[in-house]
Amino acid sequence: MATTLDIPVKDAAAAPRFHVVEHHPENGSLLGFWLYLMSDCLIFAVLFAVYGVLGRSYAAGPSGADLFDLPMVALNTSMLLFSSITYGFAMLAMEQNRVKTTLAWLAVTGLFGAAFLGLELTEFAHFIHEGATPQRSAFLSSFFALVGTHGLHVTFGIVWLVTLMVQVGQRGLIPENRRRLMCLSMFWHFLDVVWIGVFSFVYLMGALR
Amino acid sequence: MSTSPDLAKLIFGRLTWDAVPLHEPILLATFAVVALGGVAVLGALTYYRLWGYLWREWLTSVDHKKIGVMYIILGLVMLLRGFADALMMRAQQAMAFGADHGYLPPHHYDQIFTAHGVIMIFFVAMPLVTGLMNLVVPLQIGARDVAFPFLNNFSFWMTVGGAVTVMMSLFVGEFARTGWLAYPPLSNIAYSPGVGVDYYIWALQIAGVGTLLSGINLIATIVKMRAPGMSLMKMPVFTWTSLCTNVLIVAAFPILTAVLALLSLDRYAGTNFFTNDFGGSPMMYVNLIWIWGHPEVYILVLPAFGIFSEVVATFCGKRLFGYASMVYATVVITILSYLVWLHHFFTMGSGASVNSFFGITTMIISIPTGAKIFNWLFTMYRGRIRFEVPMLWTIGFMVTFVIGGMTGVLLAVPPADFVLHNSLFLVAHFHNVIIGGVLFGLFAGITYWFPKAFGYKLDPFWGKMSFWFWLVGFYFAFMPLYVLGLMGVTRRVSHFEDPSLQIWFVIAAFGAVLILFGIVSFLIQLVVSFMKREQLRDLTGDPWDGRTLEWATSSPPPAYNFAFTPLVHAHDAWWDMKQRGYERPTKGFVPIHMPKNTGAGIILSGIATAVAFGLIWQMWWLAAGGFVALVATAIAHTFNYKRDYYVPVEDVTRAEDERTKTLASLA
Repeated sequence: MATTLDIPVKDAAAAPRFHVVEHHPENGSLLGFWLYLMSDCLIFAVLFAVYGVLGRSYAAGPSGADLFDLPMVALNTSMLLFSSITYGFAMLAMEQNRVKTTLAWLAVTGLFGAAFLGLELTEFAHFIHEGATPQRSAFLSSFFALVGTHGLHVTFGIVWLVTLMVQVGQRGLIPENRRRLMCLSMFWHFLDVVWIGVFSFVYLMGALR
Repeated sequence: MSTSPDLAKLIFGRLTWDAVPLHEPILLATFAVVALGGVAVLGALTYYRLWGYLWREWLTSVDHKKIGVMYIILGLVMLLRGFADALMMRAQQAMAFGADHGYLPPHHYDQIFTAHGVIMIFFVAMPLVTGLMNLVVPLQIGARDVAFPFLNNFSFWMTVGGAVTVMMSLFVGEFARTGWLAYPPLSNIAYSPGVGVDYYIWALQIAGVGTLLSGINLIATIVKMRAPGMSLMKMPVFTWTSLCTNVLIVAAFPILTAVLALLSLDRYAGTNFFTNDFGGSPMMYVNLIWIWGHPEVYILVLPAFGIFSEVVATFCGKRLFGYASMVYATVVITILSYLVWLHHFFTMGSGASVNSFFGITTMIISIPTGAKIFNWLFTMYRGRIRFEVPMLWTIGFMVTFVIGGMTGVLLAVPPADFVLHNSLFLVAHFHNVIIGGVLFGLFAGITYWFPKAFGYKLDPFWGKMSFWFWLVGFYFAFMPLYVLGLMGVTRRVSHFEDPSLQIWFVIAAFGAVLILFGIVSFLIQLVVSFMKREQLRDLTGDPWDGRTLEWATSSPPPAYNFAFTPLVHAHDAWWDMKQRGYERPTKGFVPIHMPKNTGAGIILSGIATAVAFGLIWQMWWLAAGGFVALVATAIAHTFNYKRDYYVPVEDVTRAEDERTKTLASLA
């Protein structure tokens, strides 16, 4: 048989040239989750773009400067930033294999997240009470869509967090649970980053207008 | 029910008996056919006791090959529906002149052209593309499955959920009458108060989840799971184009999700994103949806380019000419596809400089695409060309696609577009590239990889019949539309006054009938090939003398694909192995780590479809309850930690010994 061998065939038995005996590809979960986060980031990008286009279409209704209560938003923001720090503590505890400490920090994170949501809902209720409903103007539609989508993400983050706390409680810090905590960690910090965008672009710039 | 209308409204929302089109004879007949067909299939499954087999081996399967096959079946079934719509439109336009108003009232005709576009793009082209990628990519890169096998199953079922939602609209209520992209203000609640647009939104949202997740899945697969030695520039071209397509999916589909969510907020909550009042901007919708929509075009065509590259190299017995330039061209197209969206609405009035920018970027895309055409031609040059069916589709593509590409460049010139936009010239152009590019590619791919999936080739005679009917039918159906478009005839019109136009529509209808023969030939081909499967059987696993790794294993491959992961030294890895005197390993097998089947995907998709139905008909209890059930089921699924198993070494040895015997019997 005519072949164009450039490696001597007698090596075949010693070291197979055509296959490996067992190949363990790297785990793709973290990459996959990153990709998911980037796709989620694009959803926020659309909402930011929509806010950028419609953010001044007040339709003779209230503007951001009329509505936004910056001290309250600052408090709100600090809740979310603190929750990111405490999630970091949870991950440090996870690295040291301390189940109870991990769970405790996760609980604190969840509480900060819930406080953030509570403050946000109070703000929304206040706006709606003032007549600044999502239907009132394109500005308000895009405001509620952007901030509300972020809030929905935080809500799902909390549901996920509670689920993971149960799973860590049941099975401890097994590799699957570590991987899941890592994914939620990325999700949680991602929401923090998005919120910084919301805070600057919507609230700070809105209050200045 | 007249005593308690509130209760009925609470339970059924907007759904009443009026929504069931008992007064529409066409729909009733269609329903009868679909129902009879469905009953026949279900009856046969029950009679032959196939439900358990179907559930265990297919519906809950996480095997990428089976999921790929199921995607392709979904795509072909929906092709029949989408093509039935096409035939109805061609028949209507061929007869509706002057006093004759045809047989379709405008409100029905409008639903048909919307459904045709939606189905052909989302539920024919997308499932066929995703199906082939699923089937082939893991095999080409020497992997045992995709990165996230459960997610793959879930993605498939979400796509099915979307298709089911569209099909429901045929028999319960109506579909959108807005055109396939549902532009507001027409699609907004003020002008489309019915359920049609809601069907559209929720079908696409459900299917969109599936598409996005399968995109993420395949990127992670290609990036992380290639066989050792397969560097990026040793990947098969189809894998390259799949990678680029999936990058486009992940970077484009979230935009569709977001823009449709905003449209649904407008419709359900009365917000003002795309309204004419209170500061809303309908043109923002058009911009956003085309930021998704133009990449979508390349999502469809890039894998087709990959298929042609594989087919040309295989059937010319040469390595692909200009592999590196092919890869770079693909990447350049991927990037440029994001810089052209505005050419879909030059008439928005964004000014000469903006239009020039988008016109020029559009024309630039033709450069890498042209480079690809030359690469294929140079691969054929001095090759030993075998004119098998996949090669015929490829040659048909090259001629047809070049014509479509040139009319595309013509449309990219803004002043010309001002004249031709919204005309049948545009309709002819995009059918020219989608049929001539995507569909021909998919048929080439199906014919090429069918023996890999099933172990026997497709019957070439009926394949050739199908090809020639499609090719000739395409020219008869769409060349008249170019002529009509140049004469100024606009699209989406169900009745014409000028009798001199009629002959062109009659020719187009004739072309559609030829395409019908093409589709029927394809179906006959499937049946005939199944009947003659012993004659067409391929025992080598490499029926075409292929070049890439999918041909290195048996046909159909075992669940684990490769007993040992191949070691790659060159692109065209299998060709290289054959050249160097590859000897198949026959002993020393080890247990293989594989994912377990799960029913979670089909259950989640079923619930999601029920939620969609609740939202469409405003049965709030169903929507809310279903949503809670969806989240609860998803969470419950995460409590299942036993997701994998080892194929025992005895099973691997038995399967591989079987193949050793088969191969020995051939020698």
